[in-house]
Amino acid sequence: MTARTVRGAARATVAAALITGVAACSTPGTGAAGAAGADSVVVGIATEPESLSPLLGYGKDGNSKIFDGLLTHDADMKLKPALAEALPDVSADGRTYSFTLRRGVKFSDGAPFSAKDVVFTYRTILDPATNNASRTELDAIESVEAKGEDTVVFTLKYPYAPFAERTVLPIAPEHIAGGQDVNSGDFTTRPVGTGPYVLTGWSKGEKLSFKANPGHWGGEPAVKKLTMAVIKDDDVRATRLRSGELDGAILPPNLAKGFAKDPARRTYAARTFDYRNVTLPTHHKVTGDLAVRQALDIAVDRTAMVDKLLEGAGRPAYGPVPTGSPWFAAGTERPHDLDRARRILDDAGWKTGEDGIRAKDGVRASFPLWYTSGDKIRQDHALAFASDAKKAGIEVRTEAGTWEVIEPRMRTEAVLAGGGSPADPDFDQYLLLTSSLGGDGFNNMAWYDDPAVDAALAEGRRSADPAIRKAAYDTVQRRLAENPGYVFLTHIDHLYVVNDRWDGLGTQVEPHDHGLGAGPWWNVENWKPRQKQK
Amino acid sequence: MARMAGRRTLSAAPVLLAVTFGVFALAALSPFDPVKAYAGTAGLTASQAELDQLRTNLGADRPLTARWWDWLTSALTGDLGTSTVMRQPVTDVITERVGWSALLAACAFTAAVLAGTALGVLAARRAGGALDRAVSALAYTLEAAPVFWPALLAIWLFSVRLGALPSGGLTDAGSDTVTFAQVASHLVLPALVLGASQLPWFFLYVRQGVADALGEDPVRGARARGLAEHRILLGHALRSGMLPMLTLIGSRVPELITGALLVETVFSWPGIAAATVQAATAVDFPLLAALTVLATAAVLAGNLLSDLLYGLADPRVGFDG
Repeated sequence: MTARTVRGAARATVAAALITGVAACSTPGTGAAGAAGADSVVVGIATEPESLSPLLGYGKDGNSKIFDGLLTHDADMKLKPALAEALPDVSADGRTYSFTLRRGVKFSDGAPFSAKDVVFTYRTILDPATNNASRTELDAIESVEAKGEDTVVFTLKYPYAPFAERTVLPIAPEHIAGGQDVNSGDFTTRPVGTGPYVLTGWSKGEKLSFKANPGHWGGEPAVKKLTMAVIKDDDVRATRLRSGELDGAILPPNLAKGFAKDPARRTYAARTFDYRNVTLPTHHKVTGDLAVRQALDIAVDRTAMVDKLLEGAGRPAYGPVPTGSPWFAAGTERPHDLDRARRILDDAGWKTGEDGIRAKDGVRASFPLWYTSGDKIRQDHALAFASDAKKAGIEVRTEAGTWEVIEPRMRTEAVLAGGGSPADPDFDQYLLLTSSLGGDGFNNMAWYDDPAVDAALAEGRRSADPAIRKAAYDTVQRRLAENPGYVFLTHIDHLYVVNDRWDGLGTQVEPHDHGLGAGPWWNVENWKPRQKQK
Repeated sequence: MARMAGRRTLSAAPVLLAVTFGVFALAALSPFDPVKAYAGTAGLTASQAELDQLRTNLGADRPLTARWWDWLTSALTGDLGTSTVMRQPVTDVITERVGWSALLAACAFTAAVLAGTALGVLAARRAGGALDRAVSALAYTLEAAPVFWPALLAIWLFSVRLGALPSGGLTDAGSDTVTFAQVASHLVLPALVLGASQLPWFFLYVRQGVADALGEDPVRGARARGLAEHRILLGHALRSGMLPMLTLIGSRVPELITGALLVETVFSWPGIAAATVQAATAVDFPLLAALTVLATAAVLAGNLLSDLLYGLADPRVGFDG
């Protein structure tokens, strides 16, 4: 039956059914139907990708289900081979990366995968005519060449230690994607890849359906059917989870709490690099003053924010690197110390005025703080920050706006920002703190400028020696504690509630941006149905 | 009658033309930036050079009139352009979605008109009676409630408490094939909610119209001739009481479209209304213009329909031509 005949028939009959009330009685038990079958999984997600084409940026951080990258991440975010046979050979100067490809891999349409697909994917993304907003991430690439069927060699413009982390991006088939408009062709909505799942349907705004790829090089997944229902509203998502239509969903802390005592479901709190911070623009008379920056950094009560705003689902943040990461520089934690904050301001000559707000040389200790309207978590953080700052005698005027309103003001006014990329310390810190990137798009919004940090960041990305890199990023974090360019507030856990029906679940350390691959279903291809039930 | 329909259709052309230009002008004036919307979160780590390149690729730096003219000339040849927010041709976006929206709206509208009329007649028959008071109170409440509120309430009651109906989507989330039974059961709640949001208008108009008619001379004459009560009610009172409602049918179309917008979002219904919101916030000129033309055409057709119905129902009212 075609969609059109269904539609026509439905239109006529349903109208009649509605009037007589027949339809209401004829559909019993739909509640459990969605979640039926131990080998099918239905999860609720909040946002859907605009496109499923890796050429336009889909799945660039790996784990895209439909596609594989040359490399991928394990549960601890360590790199492991995927379409490549092994981790790359890196030349001594750090500028040449050679990958040997896995043999016998096929795309889900049966066509063999080879080095030319890899070259096609990277060259297409690097082409300025391709509308890929993440192209900047591949800036280091000078050229990519195929050497025979199964070897790909990347040559970089400069030594770039974290480059291998970029090669998790999905590989598109040249024989399909190469023959159409890369920005609007069929491939953007009907992708074909080598991944563990094959897209069977995408009803935009409703759901994405996948079936297991029997020919996957890693073996056919035990979960045969995977559906991602797109449900923007948090409450509706929670409701559909409770009604049994969903097997799992991402939920905000307050709604996840409602499932805490449910014996049939488990709550997973994924650790993240997802931070919220306040930019302290160097071009503003108040936030540009070192004493003010230091005072604000210790005047904020991060623990209270985690407890009250995040209901405990998060951790205090002292920099882009979360305290639990091996890259975190131990000893850079700054406890909440309002008295010291006041002393720093007193010593620097910021005198308290009659209204409780300080001033120095006629400059009132007051600045605006913007947050994106409609984002409740950012709003809460902004208000809490303002209230903490006030206790130290600094007035923070919170204002809501869209990025269009905020962007022209970023040079001089503070912004409640967010971000976080777990793969490599270079990814967040280089963009946030390098002085030459001040005001470049959304990079280094605070126009942070610290020569010691610049030098350490350059060393961190060029050296291949992990010990040297660790020392470099320790320097950055210690400098950031002495001369804060941002006040980092919290790292936010992502909460997921999932039916307790499978074995093999867990979460990865997640980035700020959670795509389809994040959440406990990041490794759904490895789940096994639990034998006892069903 | 045919002449009126013809003339209205002709006059629709300049209206539609003006509306598309208005959409382009408003979108260009809006604070939303198409490049930022296109880039999404990736834009927050992109370099300025990359964002500038994207702006050129998307044609977002071209003047408003040039973009409108390009869109218009290619639209007239049948090419509606490419939607930047959906990353696919506008015609694909519309054909995939418009049927589901039309189905939802038609069911809701039919339910609202029929139930509203029936309840209106019953309430008018015993004005001030228990039924009248109960339904009127409910109608005023529904009229005041934002449509997403009854929508959430319906999900809570029918899906969560009773488990009788699915709470969203076109089919069960786990089911891939679009079957009649699936769509029918998933349609019930959104159609009922959307219908219920329209019902108060029809109910209140019919109730007032019929109640007024019951007090008029023709009805008193019919009563005096000893006609059966149901013939008086349906043959006389309803016929003249319906007149204001027929005008209402057409004028409710815009409300129906905005109502569908919220209902489609709450119920994850893959219709055109949800796409409209996305197109607007992403300043997706081609999609937004095409959808606005559709909505305008629906409103114009609605007005024409109500005028035609009015003319048919009351012979004293001529067609304007």
